[in-house]
Amino acid sequence: MDDILAEFIAETRETLEAVAGELVAWEANPDDRDRLDTIFRFVHTVKGSCGFLDLPRLEKLSHAAEDVLSEVRDGKRAADTRLVSAVLAVIDRIGELAEAIDTGEAVPDGDDLLIAALRVEHPVEPVEIEAQSVPVMRGNIRSIRISLDLLDRMMSGVSDLVLARNELSRRLQDTGVDPSIEGSFERLSACVGDMRDTITRTRMQRIEKLFSSIPRMVRDIAGELGKSVDLQIDGGDVELDREMIEIIRDPLTHIIRNALDHGIESPALREKAGKSATGRLRVSARQSGNQIVIEVGDDGRGIDTERLVAKAVAAGVVTFERADKLSKEAQLALIFEPGLSTAKSVTAISGRGVGMDVVRSNIERIGGVVDLDNAPGKGLAISIRVPLTLTIIPALTVSAAGQSFAIPRSAIQEIVRENSASVSLERVGTAMVARIRDQRIPLISLEAVLGLPEEAEQGVRSLVVLNPTGGANYAISVAALHDHQELVIRPSCPAIMATGVYAGMTLPDTGRPMLLLDPAGIAETSGILAITFDDDTVIEAVREADADERVSMLLFRDLDGAERAVRLAVVERIEEVASAQIRFAAGRLRLSIDGRIIPLVSFDTLAERDSVGVLRLNDGAVELAYAIDEVIDIVALPSEIVRAKADGIVAGVALIDGRQIEILDPYWLFAEATGGGPTSSEKPVCLLSSSEDPWTREVLRPLVEAAGYRVAFAGDLEPADADIVIASDAEPLETELPPGRLLRLRNDIGARDGDPSSVYRYDRAGLMTALQAGRAGGHRP
Amino acid sequence: MNDLYLIAHIAGQRVALATEAIDSVVHVTHTTSVPLAPPHLMGLAALRSRVITMIDTRIALGLDPAEPRATLTTVVVNLDGHQYGLVVDMVEDVCAIAGVPAPVRSRLGAGWARASLGLLDHDGASLLLIDPAMLAAGNLALAA
Repeated sequence: MDDILAEFIAETRETLEAVAGELVAWEANPDDRDRLDTIFRFVHTVKGSCGFLDLPRLEKLSHAAEDVLSEVRDGKRAADTRLVSAVLAVIDRIGELAEAIDTGEAVPDGDDLLIAALRVEHPVEPVEIEAQSVPVMRGNIRSIRISLDLLDRMMSGVSDLVLARNELSRRLQDTGVDPSIEGSFERLSACVGDMRDTITRTRMQRIEKLFSSIPRMVRDIAGELGKSVDLQIDGGDVELDREMIEIIRDPLTHIIRNALDHGIESPALREKAGKSATGRLRVSARQSGNQIVIEVGDDGRGIDTERLVAKAVAAGVVTFERADKLSKEAQLALIFEPGLSTAKSVTAISGRGVGMDVVRSNIERIGGVVDLDNAPGKGLAISIRVPLTLTIIPALTVSAAGQSFAIPRSAIQEIVRENSASVSLERVGTAMVARIRDQRIPLISLEAVLGLPEEAEQGVRSLVVLNPTGGANYAISVAALHDHQELVIRPSCPAIMATGVYAGMTLPDTGRPMLLLDPAGIAETSGILAITFDDDTVIEAVREADADERVSMLLFRDLDGAERAVRLAVVERIEEVASAQIRFAAGRLRLSIDGRIIPLVSFDTLAERDSVGVLRLNDGAVELAYAIDEVIDIVALPSEIVRAKADGIVAGVALIDGRQIEILDPYWLFAEATGGGPTSSEKPVCLLSSSEDPWTREVLRPLVEAAGYRVAFAGDLEPADADIVIASDAEPLETELPPGRLLRLRNDIGARDGDPSSVYRYDRAGLMTALQAGRAGGHRP
Repeated sequence: MNDLYLIAHIAGQRVALATEAIDSVVHVTHTTSVPLAPPHLMGLAALRSRVITMIDTRIALGLDPAEPRATLTTVVVNLDGHQYGLVVDMVEDVCAIAGVPAPVRSRLGAGWARASLGLLDHDGASLLLIDPAMLAAGNLALAA
């Protein structure tokens, strides 16, 4: 009996989350029979189970709700706000009771009041809420219920397996075994890799689980505040680690509450400002490389930076003189300071003592970043970027006093050599300050942080600039940089965590345990955060630097001895491979690695060497390897790049530390690797405007290239400069294009009404005809 | 009551450890030190694909550190989801000992007193029963 009860509670809990969104959507559109049916089914199921399980209170509630909903189904009653609120209240109570059964607590009676509320019929002004994009319930996917504990044990088992494989691989390398064993090891290794991916996926959950409660929350809060809000939700199908979803839940809720309470104005104010009375709130999720980006955007009043600064000064967070000197961005970042809120008064909605500082620290705890995009008077967009999983993180290994440590890559802003031209070190009292370009950054050596003996001068040290808490950068100086690795991180024992400078431990391929440093903890224990605010760190020059976006570049020595650089973002990892793994096969150089074959690009012939370094590049779809001699450094990309004379492997040349460094063109590399061969600029150019969409990149692009076009993506060039632009029918284009130069693809085979010249996206013949017509007549003068 | 105990030597003293928490006995040759950690925490060691936290039991008991040795005889214990390696002089045997531990009536050193759970009688000799959790907590517990 207990099993059945537990099953009932779990099922009720799960359906409740889904049904809350359905209810709000149904209220927005009372004629939506499907939604009504879904809700009715839920209540009906609960009623049925309760009768069977002998839960009289639940049965009474669900029975009453079922009656009312059945009346609505029969057209006897209209679904007004009051009715929906009453049904919501009953469904909430059902949830509370179900939880109470689980925990064994008592829920005070009051069911009759709720049931009475269902019965009252009063026409009331409806609160205008729309939630168009709440997805319709999906059909049943074959699945089973499995306990989280089991899943976690499976995950840690696989992590162990990966580590054991790494250890075995190291042993094999040390002893040098015969190739047949190596072959079977490779196969085993590939299986382990696959298995890790699959198990990782079982921990993944659709972010929908998090999003499904938003419509209800928005509805309730907006109703309470007398505001009307049009909510749009996108990207519910993005998947994220289950644990991450739980950690993001509170910060996201807080941000949405803030947007409704402080962002979106009351209808009267909005009209006065020339906006529509209904505010817009958009919540979206998307995957970007190894990260998930969750964005909450509103079209409200934005953040009034002047008022924010005034408040910060009043609260003593910052002095007036310094506040005045802060860059716009730094002023905006004051919102993350503890004890600050722009709300004029504390309200029940968002004034709960949880500020943006808590939001940010929660997100940063899991290696994430919070960004603000503020348009005063027009709205605010807050984006949260978090890594895909918690347990495996990309890290940089460094050493100090002969010992290796790992630093999470998400916290690394930039890496510079101590002796590079743009860096000078100054001693201020007992503290060290690094001046990197025109920025002064507190500096501390890793040995000093860890209380290790400082070695006598041995070679040039490197400075790793860390950004643990957004505004306050600091640098740690390390004796040497090693490599980038993906590490399986495990929690350390309490005594180690208590030191405050470690975030965990890991076992890398070397087989020697390594500690992961905690950049925020180091800042705190070494007192650097205090220095930052007392010291005039933020100086005028920062303002100018703000203008250009800083891009990290990986500087390396190529096989021909020259130094070249490539954008760090496309480098997935750096590895040393045996030359035997590289072969000229099927028309090009290829590298066999991890049980797969990936294209290899090399600038020079692979000299007589046993092993070679490779950069593994990944654009999200295509993977390739680039052979190098050694990694030198990570540097910031200068704002000025002199473009190369012709398209090719080198995009241009830039001045880094006074030397001319060639910058690789990742676009060309990927184009070359996908088999298109070096693209010629003679061909007419076709601009594919929805470059984010994999269909465009993977399906459409080869077709367009086969038709004799060179393909460019949005952002590569202006639509007006392309010979033809292909866009989906859903997508707005800013520039007007003459007919014949724009080809619209529609997703729906039938709907031709929107644009008669549009082509259905799988109409190959139609597409080719349009493209050929474009080639014949569309050439620019 | 007939329970299994591991008999080991710590700082020249014969002690017993309840086998429930014990994972294995291994020989560790390499440890990674953990800067800033409490002194009884010798460092980290790799045990197959796991990382264990090595405990210098002598320091945990408030004694002088042991002479450095190339190979450390280590009793691996599971405590609160973490694995600790207790470095001992030597491991003697695993055997069943009947009876409940009797309170220690003689005066022990502060460290020993804190870590002991009582005295066991085995083959006519007294064995001090040690709580591995107290060894892992080390000086933190001593200071408290």
